[in-house]
Amino acid sequence: MSNVIVVLFGNNGWDRSAEGAAGTGQRLAQSTGGNLNVVFLGDASKEARDGAAACAASVVVVNQPELAEYQPEAALEAAQKACAEISDTSVVLFGNDTYSQELVPRLAHRLGGCSLADVQGVTADGGQVLATRSAYGGKAMSTYSMKKTPVVLWVRARAMDPATPGAGGSLEEKAYELATPRLTITSRDVLESEGPSLEDASIIVSGGRGLGGPEAFENELKGLATAMHAVQGASRAACDAGWVPPNWQVGQTGKKVAPELYLAIAISGASQHLLGMGDSKMIAAINTDPDAPIFKHCSFGIVEDYKNVVAPLTEKLNSMG
Amino acid sequence: MKILVCIKQILDPDMPARDFKVNAETKEAERGGANLVTNIFCENALETALQIKEKTSGKVTALSYGTDDTEDSLRKALAMTVDEAALILREGDSNPDAEAVAKVLAAAITKLGEFDLILMGRESGDWGVGQTGGLLAEELGLPSLAFVDSIEANDGTLTMRRQTDSGTETATVTGPALALITNNEFNVPRIPKTRDVMMSYRKPLEKFSLADIGLSAEDVSGSSFYEVTDLSIPTKDVQCEFVEGDSIDEKIGVLASKIQPVVAANS
Ligand SMILES: Cc1cc2nc3c(=O)[nH]c(=O)nc-3n(C[C@H](O)[C@H](O)[C@H](O)COP(=O)(O)OP(=O)(O)OC[C@H]3O[C@@H](n4cnc5c(N)ncnc54)[C@H](O)[C@@H]3O)c2cc1C
Repeated sequence: MSNVIVVLFGNNGWDRSAEGAAGTGQRLAQSTGGNLNVVFLGDASKEARDGAAACAASVVVVNQPELAEYQPEAALEAAQKACAEISDTSVVLFGNDTYSQELVPRLAHRLGGCSLADVQGVTADGGQVLATRSAYGGKAMSTYSMKKTPVVLWVRARAMDPATPGAGGSLEEKAYELATPRLTITSRDVLESEGPSLEDASIIVSGGRGLGGPEAFENELKGLATAMHAVQGASRAACDAGWVPPNWQVGQTGKKVAPELYLAIAISGASQHLLGMGDSKMIAAINTDPDAPIFKHCSFGIVEDYKNVVAPLTEKLNSMG
Repeated sequence: MKILVCIKQILDPDMPARDFKVNAETKEAERGGANLVTNIFCENALETALQIKEKTSGKVTALSYGTDDTEDSLRKALAMTVDEAALILREGDSNPDAEAVAKVLAAAITKLGEFDLILMGRESGDWGVGQTGGLLAEELGLPSLAFVDSIEANDGTLTMRRQTDSGTETATVTGPALALITNNEFNVPRIPKTRDVMMSYRKPLEKFSLADIGLSAEDVSGSSFYEVTDLSIPTKDVQCEFVEGDSIDEKIGVLASKIQPVVAANS
């Protein structure tokens, strides 16, 4: 028997990422004959507590002032202590967010385990944990055999199936003695965004270097996104140029998305971009180059200058209601 | 300020997908005609370090664990005006796991002296595992911050800005500390000047064996953390339907008729 722990941030609530991580944790625990345990770092809402308690054998809420807002050292130490109190742990799972990505290798080291990032699939048959993920900027798929216990992973949780309700487990609040941090996050700047996040969007309208500047994002593409009830995204080239904020970036080092429809405008379709959106249900592209790699991944596309397409398409969609 | 930047040389990530091949036996990419380049985030880290040095004075050291080929990446760092470079020559596994690399870097850093700030790229453009930095921070017992895109140094206090899912955060730390660097519009790596390229050959680039830094090949065998058991190129069979029509209006009409049902179903 070996147990699985899912570590979540209380502040994130019971979001799609929490659901997917818990679901994957539950399936792993079933295959190893162990229990699913959920640890919340920081106070969690009633909805989050209930969501976790419905599928986990035990839920621990580490609730203390040092964890009210994320601080790297406090979160790491609290995670370490909470995980250490659960015996026989084979796998510790995190979702896909900034803080999880930051904590995973450090926690693995402290627990004497091993770690891996951006995992798309994980199994634990016969006790051997295998993790699959993209490699070489999306040009290849790789499988890793994990060599130390526990295996600490952050997974593409939003793309993973939620848990099925189980017996319902215990819920406990805890607080730990934490060392004085050396590094302190002193301010947080949240970029304003209307509507859902990129990761939660059903439709995404993304723009790339071929747009030539920030104006097209603000005007034509914004208009089209509104008409399509879509969230706007971008390639790294457009973010690097400073045309749009870094958190619009989709791809290997940006957001991983899988909407119903992803419309790529003046984006070539580099493997690193595809890595972040290749699982979209439907991909369409507007590009002047018929040989652009993006067309190898599209269900439909148009070979045209975006300037001739975006405004009339917006009008057409608006008139269709 | 004494700053150390760890850099990794990788297969050019911009090589076209159609030229990309893997060796099923070694479970690594075939180099083919592709170049070896410095990982972009490592170059962003070099640029960040150099900008701090230019504002506060001090010294920047570049460190890499690699092969004789890696000398090119370190030379380029020197040409970017890094002061000195150290190369730890790899032994054994050509794709060592992140823990092995972190152990080597930690031993090398201890050998090279004390540093106020250690910078690395957030992840590499080849395997992209992104674990080495966090593991190195643990090996060295340092506070660390990931996804940092700018750093200011003031009387021993470092102010770091980092990118998050929803915006940015600012953190302060009194060194020594480790930061994992991501790209932004201000840390685009500089192109070395011809004069600096020539100068780079006169700057110190020291090579060390594992034994020189107190390790043996067995200490860092390279697959006690994880091992790649399969590497393959996914096949994708998607047929793009190019929108056709006699006029652009007609084409746009076709495009709209394909998009509209999805919009209607999701609003
Ligand atoms: C380690 C690493 C990580 C990376 N991570 C990411 C990532 O997360 N996300 C990401 O996006 N990239 C990432 N990249 C960068 C990636 O390799 C590409 O450089 C980038 O995606 C290119 O962006 P682009 O398609 O906008 O630009 P380009 O490749 O320059 O493509 C521009 C396209 O616009 C078309 N075009 C030009 N004018 C017009 C017009 N008037 N109308 C219509 N079409 C037009 C062109 O035909 C071309 O296809 C990463 C790279 C590395 C090495």
